[in-house]
Amino acid sequence: MLLIECPHCGPRDETEYHYGGQAGVPYPDDPSALSDREWAAYLFYRDNPAGAFTERWMHAGGCRKWFEAVRDTRTYAFESTRAAGRADGELGDGGGER
Amino acid sequence: MTQDLPEHPEHLWRNPEPRSSYDVVIIGGGGHGLATAYFLAAHYGIRNVAVLERGWLAGGNMARNTAIIRSNYLWDESAAIYEHSLKLWERLPVELDYDLLFSQRGVLNLAHTPGDVREAMRRVNANALNGVDAEWLTPSEVAEVCPIVNVSDNIRYPVMGATFQPRAGIAKHDHVAWAFARGADRLGVDLIQGCEVTGVRTAGGRVTAVETTRGTIHTGKLGLCAAGRSTQVAELAGIRLPIQSHPLQALASELFEPVHPTVVMSNHVHVYVSQAHKGELVMGAGVDSYVGFGQRGGFHVIERQLAAAVELFPIFARAHVLRTWGGIVDVTLDASPIISRTPVDGVFVNCGWGTGGFKGTPAAGDVFAHTIAHDEPHPLAAPFSLERFETGALIDEHGAAAVAH
Repeated sequence: MLLIECPHCGPRDETEYHYGGQAGVPYPDDPSALSDREWAAYLFYRDNPAGAFTERWMHAGGCRKWFEAVRDTRTYAFESTRAAGRADGELGDGGGER
Repeated sequence: MTQDLPEHPEHLWRNPEPRSSYDVVIIGGGGHGLATAYFLAAHYGIRNVAVLERGWLAGGNMARNTAIIRSNYLWDESAAIYEHSLKLWERLPVELDYDLLFSQRGVLNLAHTPGDVREAMRRVNANALNGVDAEWLTPSEVAEVCPIVNVSDNIRYPVMGATFQPRAGIAKHDHVAWAFARGADRLGVDLIQGCEVTGVRTAGGRVTAVETTRGTIHTGKLGLCAAGRSTQVAELAGIRLPIQSHPLQALASELFEPVHPTVVMSNHVHVYVSQAHKGELVMGAGVDSYVGFGQRGGFHVIERQLAAAVELFPIFARAHVLRTWGGIVDVTLDASPIISRTPVDGVFVNCGWGTGGFKGTPAAGDVFAHTIAHDEPHPLAAPFSLERFETGALIDEHGAAAVAH
């Protein structure tokens, strides 16, 4: 069971969260200009690292806000969490597996 | 169900040193890799083959699954390949001269909502059109097939009926792996364990060799069968795959006398249960939502599947869970596998089977071997190409996959 640090609400059980996959995948500036291959890459291709992964979570059972987390996909330990859209890069304390 | 298990000879395959070159190298010594090697040698005339396994044979997902076999998928492409697999399951024990303990005890897929009922009836009709055995059963008919299912209407999600595929069932996963391994070995295939691939060499857009922890091995054809590690292995050849890897858990109880005569699956309350040959109740649920490579999953998934199991099967209430385990499954966005050529000539991928890899083992081996041998897709594999993500010809099997992806 994971204990995940919501940047707004603090540490909560993983059952309160919804997983949103890889973070930082921007919507194309001009979708109609993309080739089929480029559109497929945007829709279906994501990083899948065995190690640190930056991903999105949503605190569905709490504040219902999206945030970004860096998690190790081998140990499932959260290295940091950060409110979405913050440009200053300030990180939360980070949850962890307890 | 408590029949005696057959005796095994001391050695089922050789343990050779890798040679410097092979006609075909398969990465991944699990069920799919072993089946591919067997079919290459037995049916497609290519016996100069090596299977490279970084751990030990069939020690990954093949050792971590619920062993369910069925072919009642919705779309034509899926029904065709899984039915091909089921027909192979029916004849392989004779062809491989090995008792796979393939038990055609049938599979019930329960419906708990009006939406489930409509989807299930649609699937029964689609199956009938594709020559796949399928029936719609009322709750009382469900109770005739599996008397321990609670079909009363005073539970949270009453059973409103079920699809039933009588030819479906289970097999003993270890025996399946050993049978393919022995069959391939006898035909000259080198099964090389403790051999991790660390690099893939190409020249002019074509594969020429793999670098391994046991030296360089030259080959003109490379087949990837690495399941949960598919993306990492493909990256060695510069190939990016539309795959995310997720933990999928299962659990087993202590041994019981035979109480459960079939296989029961439920999408809605999310548990699937069969009783293994020795007597354990074997249960599974959906994948954990997040990417993971840790071969374990969240405990809340187990809590929910056990709650569902106890409501559906009140007789299980006092059963003890003896062990839980997790495998890493490679999941695509349309919940269908990828069996395909790649942008690198001579490199072929078989991956993305998600939670359905075990039942697909024989078909995957056959159509992947054909694709490698002929350098073009087997007709049953053609719809499962990488190109479908660009053309949009997806095979959306989230419903019939029966497990949340």
